[in-house]
Amino acid sequence: MKRAFLITALAVLCFPLAAAADPVQQGYHLYGRYCISCHAAGGKGSAGRPVGAGRLRTQGQDTGIGPSLIGVGALAADFYLRTGYMPLPHVGMQPRRRHVFLTEGEIKALTAYVASLGPGPALPRPRPERGTLTHGYHLFTERCAGCHQVVAEGGYVTGALPPPLENATPTQVAEAVRIGPYVMPTFSKKDISDRELDSIVRYVEYAKHPDDRGGWAIGHIGPIPEGFVTWFIGMTALVAVCVVIGKRLQRG
Amino acid sequence: MGRAKDALISGIVLLLRRRKPRPLGPGERERVVPPAPDNPGWELTAVLLLLAGAACAIAFVVVYVLDRLPAHTQLLGLSLGLSLLFIAAALIVTAHRLIVTEELEDDYPVLEHPEEQELIVQVVEDSGLTRRRLLKLALLTAGGALTAAVLTPIASLGPAVDLVRFYATPWRRGTRLVDEHGKPYKASDIEEDNFYTAFAEGSDKEALPSSLVLVRLPKGSLKLPRELAHYAAEGIVAYSKICTHAGCAISLYRAPLFQPDEPTPALVCPCHYSTFNPADGGTVTFGPAGRKLPMLPLLVAPNGELRAGGNFDQPVGPSWWGVRERKPRT
Amino acid sequence: MIRGIVRFVDRRSGSAPFLRKTLRYLFPDHWSFLLGEVALYSFIVLVATGVYLTLFYENSTAKVVYHGPYAPLQGEEMTQAYRSVLDISTTVKAGLLIRQTHHWAADIFIAAIVLHLLRIFFTGAYRKPRELTYWIGLTILMVSLLEGFLGYSIVDDLLSGMGLAIAYGVAMSLPFVGANVSALIWDGPFPGKHDFYSRMYIAHVFLLPALIAVLLTVHLALVAMKHHTQFRSGPRQSERKVVGVPTFPGQTPRSLGLLFAVAGVLFLLGGLVQINPIWLWGPYHTYLSTNGAQPDWYLGWLIGGLRLVPGFDLVIGDYTLVPNPFWGGAAFPLVVFLFLYLWPWIERKLTGDYGYHNLLDRPRESPLRTAVGWALLTWVFLVFVAGSSDRAYVLFNVPYIPQIWAYRVLAFVAPPVSGLIAFWVCRELQAGERVERRRKRAEEEAEAAEAAV
Repeated sequence: MKRAFLITALAVLCFPLAAAADPVQQGYHLYGRYCISCHAAGGKGSAGRPVGAGRLRTQGQDTGIGPSLIGVGALAADFYLRTGYMPLPHVGMQPRRRHVFLTEGEIKALTAYVASLGPGPALPRPRPERGTLTHGYHLFTERCAGCHQVVAEGGYVTGALPPPLENATPTQVAEAVRIGPYVMPTFSKKDISDRELDSIVRYVEYAKHPDDRGGWAIGHIGPIPEGFVTWFIGMTALVAVCVVIGKRLQRG
Repeated sequence: MGRAKDALISGIVLLLRRRKPRPLGPGERERVVPPAPDNPGWELTAVLLLLAGAACAIAFVVVYVLDRLPAHTQLLGLSLGLSLLFIAAALIVTAHRLIVTEELEDDYPVLEHPEEQELIVQVVEDSGLTRRRLLKLALLTAGGALTAAVLTPIASLGPAVDLVRFYATPWRRGTRLVDEHGKPYKASDIEEDNFYTAFAEGSDKEALPSSLVLVRLPKGSLKLPRELAHYAAEGIVAYSKICTHAGCAISLYRAPLFQPDEPTPALVCPCHYSTFNPADGGTVTFGPAGRKLPMLPLLVAPNGELRAGGNFDQPVGPSWWGVRERKPRT
Repeated sequence: MIRGIVRFVDRRSGSAPFLRKTLRYLFPDHWSFLLGEVALYSFIVLVATGVYLTLFYENSTAKVVYHGPYAPLQGEEMTQAYRSVLDISTTVKAGLLIRQTHHWAADIFIAAIVLHLLRIFFTGAYRKPRELTYWIGLTILMVSLLEGFLGYSIVDDLLSGMGLAIAYGVAMSLPFVGANVSALIWDGPFPGKHDFYSRMYIAHVFLLPALIAVLLTVHLALVAMKHHTQFRSGPRQSERKVVGVPTFPGQTPRSLGLLFAVAGVLFLLGGLVQINPIWLWGPYHTYLSTNGAQPDWYLGWLIGGLRLVPGFDLVIGDYTLVPNPFWGGAAFPLVVFLFLYLWPWIERKLTGDYGYHNLLDRPRESPLRTAVGWALLTWVFLVFVAGSSDRAYVLFNVPYIPQIWAYRVLAFVAPPVSGLIAFWVCRELQAGERVERRRKRAEEEAEAAEAAV
């Protein structure tokens, strides 16, 4: 008994050292902490009932409600973790950009672990400078503007909220296009080649600070803010001028 | 700008100095308009405002010529706008401080003139024209007929009588589905979880019946009604891209990554969010559309190309009186 | 010198008596009476900037490939019309200033008309003998809505093109004759042919502005002939006597000042605040659309109507009696305008007041009118706000579908409730004033009694 205890203690003490040396191992433990309750042991995924996330849960419990991560590759892990989409606060909600509490090392570790679950796509390396703005505008308008709005200010689709892309890095854009997170379509290389993706990324970068030669851009979505300016700036100023020029009704 | 503020404040506090009437001097006539208040300070203010306005107007011309300046439109607007506002301020100062604002009385005009009204009626009646009934009737008939005749060329504006064009589509059995560059689609091009825009080969892409949205649904998820069961080809379905509500393009595809947690696949229109189910023939699951999305039958040619298997099951685009009356024709 | 000019004109036209009357025509003085002028001066800016734009705009649907300074559209196919507006916005010196000023002027023109209409309504200025003036004003508003819509639609950009498609959908939804009417307007099914764009263009630059100008002239002539209404702000104002500021010298610098202020604000907006950046939207194609597309603010009530109506076509057998867009896109605005046209007659029937009125009511003095107007305003405003509930979701995280349901209920529950509240507020304000008057009279009597002692 005493020997078993000593070996276990040594093993437990060695875990951190081992983990530090091997990111996959570290990822394995992080996975147990944050992901296993929905994505199940070994990334098998499940559609069972969710069990609350626990700290330092060991693998081996087979419950949760989340897709399989086998074969999704480093690309998916990197995307979901860096945007803060995952860990998901509540099952069934749309993943949204949130504050990322994982450190850089932890993200790398989890990514390595997920990549190890099965062969899958590696991190994309988009090169916006290789794409053309026109081609990007053309593709984005045809494929993406319906949900994300023509200059990526975000929008609505029944039951979901395609986000504005002002905080999306080029890598994240490329990753999202290939994954199709939540209800976004999945655009494979067959449909949108890497070169075309470069153009789309280039356009999204442009859309973050588009040509605003007309002045204060008021949101790049057109008539709604324009209406606000009409009434709260234009008419307010003009009514004020009227009040200055004309008389007010005296009391009594 | 401080002067503009002064003018503003002065305008808010309307103080008119009353002058005691003084006796007329030699050679002076009785005044119609009372004398204006004596305000040299305000007059100077008005002059300065006008000069500021002039300066801004000149600045506008200078900015116009220097078209390489950054924020050119903004500088142009600022200079012209300020020029106009300075002049406005000067005019308001003039109105409130430099001229007299009289409050005069006048009569509201009498609007009823019973004698004149009676005279008019009498003139018309005396002429005898109102009593000639047959003449009146004939005049009315001629007038009516002429009006109808004159309005008839309006019909040349468009095919308002024969609405056959509203049922016409460029599709027939065997028409190839092509992308916007004219390249034919193969069935193998269409992957799941994605949506594609296709057109009838050789047609005008802008014509409403020409554009399609194609999706491939996972095996087993298709639940087409009997009459549309043969419309799918290898799980690929084709619908009109034009929403049946008000005619916008359906450019949203809801493609869930993980079905158990997420909304089902749907084609959605961004205008009023009419939502159509691609798995059951395009029925409306949410939104104001009153009619299902028209579906195009597909077949796969021996060389793998996607072709139309016939025409749409319903006319394309927003509904009208006869949209359910007839089937589309080529 | 003035004498010389006056003599010259009078000798050749005999108009000196008319000119003298005009010079001393009286303007009752209240700031809210200037709202109509704000609209008038916006219209002047619209015409001036509009003429300038016609010198550059090309009304052609011929396709061209873009080669110009705006990079993202390089090599893109577009109509000449869109291309010409791109050029106005990027290449023509001061072109973008004039274009943006023109668009801001349109938005503010209609906003000023609406505020002016609210003033007219809530003060009872439309009563006999001014019903005709009021009806003409309503007509000007209706025509202006169409005029504005056509103005931004001839640009042929993605946003306005989608709006045109929806206009087609609404036209098609007219019971029985929808497709016939649409075929006439568009020369066949949407998107129509070149004719349609010519028709939009000539309507926007000539037919409708001429109509507005004529209606405006008659409107102003009617106001002048009957003299402007006034508040009973003192003992001198009455139903018979109008008290006001004469055209010259009093009113002239004020009106001119307002003209310059309106023009100044419009040009400031035109230069400093971007409006309708069509280069970002790209050219229109029937097979493209973008999320977040909206009409200009004055048509926002229609998109609200179109989104709120549940999905059904009224069908009898094989005949589609009332397609869905009719309710929110056509019936709703028609009902509102019809009610406004009929209101003077309805009010007369309800109150039994068939008399002439030159004096205005303060809103509280006519609780019925204020309550009805407030209820109508609530209805229209709620539908209007409902039209942007998707952007409210994007910005404030309020889910879309619950919003739609909330607005569907509110749009019918809130107007009568708010009308009743308005009625009650008017009554209370009037009661408060009565108490105030009695108190003052009592105080005066007490003082007089004391002084007598």
